[in-house]
Amino acid sequence: MKTIPEILNHCAELSFDLNFSKAKLWKSESPERILVGYLPIYLPREIVHAAGGLAVGIMGAGDRKQIIKGDAYYQSYICHLPRGVIEMALDASLDHFDGFLFPSICDCVRNLSGMFKIINRGKFARYFDYPQNFSPQVGGVFYRQLIQTILDDMEKINGVKVTPEMLNNSISLFNLNRRLIEKIYSIKQNYPWRLSAVDTYHLLRAGLSIPVEEHNDMLTAVLNFLKDDSGQPQDNIRVIVSGSFCEQPPIGLIKSIEMSGCYIIDDDFMLGSRWIMGDINSETDDPLNEIVHAFLERSQFSSAIYDVGNPKGKRLVEIAKRKNADGIIFCAASFCDPALLDRPEMQKVCDEAGIPHINFQFHENTGQFKVIKEQAGTFADSIKLWA
Amino acid sequence: MKIEKAIKEKSMILQKEMLAKQFKELSLARESGKKVVYTFVPGNLTELILSFDMLPVYPEINALQSGMRKKSAAYIKDAEKIGHSEDVCTYVKCDIGMMLNGNIGPTGEKLPAPDLLLLSYTGCFTFLKWFENLERLYPGVEVAMLHTPYQEDGKITADQIDYMVKQLREEVIPKMEKVSGKKFDYSRLSQMMINSEKSEDLLVKILESAKHKPSPIDAYFAGVYYIGPMFTAFRGTEEAVNYYNELYLEIQERIKLGLGPVTPEGEIKEEKFRLVVEGPPNWTNFREFWKIFYDAGAVIVASSYTKVGGVFDLGFRHNFREPLESLAKYCMGCYTNMNLPQRVDLLSKYVKEYQADGFLINSIKSCNSFSAGQLLIMREIEQKCGVPVGFIESDLVDPRYFSYANIKNRLESYFQMLEQRKIILGQETEA
Repeated sequence: MKTIPEILNHCAELSFDLNFSKAKLWKSESPERILVGYLPIYLPREIVHAAGGLAVGIMGAGDRKQIIKGDAYYQSYICHLPRGVIEMALDASLDHFDGFLFPSICDCVRNLSGMFKIINRGKFARYFDYPQNFSPQVGGVFYRQLIQTILDDMEKINGVKVTPEMLNNSISLFNLNRRLIEKIYSIKQNYPWRLSAVDTYHLLRAGLSIPVEEHNDMLTAVLNFLKDDSGQPQDNIRVIVSGSFCEQPPIGLIKSIEMSGCYIIDDDFMLGSRWIMGDINSETDDPLNEIVHAFLERSQFSSAIYDVGNPKGKRLVEIAKRKNADGIIFCAASFCDPALLDRPEMQKVCDEAGIPHINFQFHENTGQFKVIKEQAGTFADSIKLWA
Repeated sequence: MKIEKAIKEKSMILQKEMLAKQFKELSLARESGKKVVYTFVPGNLTELILSFDMLPVYPEINALQSGMRKKSAAYIKDAEKIGHSEDVCTYVKCDIGMMLNGNIGPTGEKLPAPDLLLLSYTGCFTFLKWFENLERLYPGVEVAMLHTPYQEDGKITADQIDYMVKQLREEVIPKMEKVSGKKFDYSRLSQMMINSEKSEDLLVKILESAKHKPSPIDAYFAGVYYIGPMFTAFRGTEEAVNYYNELYLEIQERIKLGLGPVTPEGEIKEEKFRLVVEGPPNWTNFREFWKIFYDAGAVIVASSYTKVGGVFDLGFRHNFREPLESLAKYCMGCYTNMNLPQRVDLLSKYVKEYQADGFLINSIKSCNSFSAGQLLIMREIEQKCGVPVGFIESDLVDPRYFSYANIKNRLESYFQMLEQRKIILGQETEA
């Protein structure tokens, strides 16, 4: 049994193992096993799991890899994430992956799917075009067809035909995963000093490159530890960080926000792991239908999803109120059209709700945090003094 | 730089008149009771909108017109003042800035607010964000979403067509009926498609006229100036067929006389280089940008930007027998909805079929749909076609990103390279 610091250190290593050694080791243990890499934000990982595969989150190279070839593939005004991903595709990092999925989030990720086709990586590389129509008979039918295409792709590789029983089992494991993660966030809401934002980040990100069963064990162990009070409450404000759902902020940035006097009680860093709100029915003859309906009806809000009728700003404010947040930090990657085009409206809704906010932009390999720390520190001070 | 008054052909004058009439009609929409639909050029449903007697407004066209009229800089700054980042699409910011400044259209007349936002989200993710923003700027406006699936596998599937037709039937048409107060008239839409097909045949003949040497048209600058725009706003009408007939006659005459493309300063006297261009043009300095090319005798014989409204030269035509299915296929077939390998194939085909001397990318800061992946496209074309490739950078409507000296310098070097290559190829042929 590992101690909590050991588990968290292990998570930190897994989070930034850009060679995905653990996932590759897992695959090597059985010929039926496959690896399917996916980009942010969300993938119904249940389908890969049921097919005997491991869905591996490719969240970019962050500040852990020198980008040499990647910069030759992208102009300066394109976000940093895809250049890190293409760098990994061109060196050995993504070798042994069987397929790649590029969920619809923006045109950069969409075109990256075509680049993978051109450079011929994986046995399949698909853009995963989530429906923007949420009627079960229209978008639902289309979504189900998309998922079936992926199931067919995987079956061609390992011959595994997914049955309802297999999918029900996978759903129940990911239900547990989501429940455990939400419990951690619930504890962080009430006792944010018990687990730092950086440790929380590592704990969630590690889950993108290991089997869900193993991740569930880690989460359970950490939760058991968090039940008891530990750490020392600080005179910090409580903030939600919003806008970092795709390209990930460097760890130094997350640390800087916390060190400047802000408890991050909620965030969208690992939004994909928390995408479906609540459980998906895992005792059914048609589990695919349940996955489809969960997406249509119980998706978390996101800049990648058309929101007329249920605006994101309103939903963010609801979370802020429910979680008793003192303020919101809009923290988007530079050149991220989805996040940045949402920002003005979300700020306006926050203003109307009387919720203080600040914003800044980053690259995944940003190395200087002094300005961000000062900005976040001033934000915290102003709330403590004047709110 | 002193810009002389532009020389215009008859078709250009006809276009001006038709567009002026269109904008006049828009300015009088409230009085006439006509309903106004804001929508996008790629995957536009012009025939469907017109079949309900509604008037289309294309925010990208307003933005590019604002760019050409030197108004975009101020509009963009105003959008940035309300919180929009410097990093994001300048079409969006220009449009929002124009709306904040009274929504005065290109002709100086106020554009009516939309009765319907038709988000035919084709080939550009930012469209979705754009209309989410507009929906909040026009509270209570009706919004219809049409999600066009991407050709991720390099083909249009039956499932995708089915998805789109269902959206048209269950989302788009009911909203149009509600807004216009008219019942959907299937046979009227079908009839319009007969005109669409005629216009499309003519448009393809016009664009393919650039296969002649010398090319009678510039398929990029003229393509966006007077060949393409009429297509979006008027497709499906008799007027569009008449316009393209007129233009086609003009071009046939030019071929007969052996004339090169018309530029704002007259014909290009000598076609020195034939180029294929990928990416949108810059609008803020459109004429100076074009001038660099025609001064050097560089003629664009094919371009991808003129295909964002449809790649008709690959054979697609609207079909009166299956109007909704053909709207679906049309949307999915637009250039920016094609995956990268398809784009490489199409551009390579252009280089070969139009006997281009080179391939050039104008990479646009604002437009990730075009720009992300262009450097790989460039390398692929170079390998497949063996022609010199060039790369320049600018923006759509933000003048801060148009550096005339840099672009001119790069293009001149590129033209020198093409010249040198021609000499070497000529020597090799003689030997």
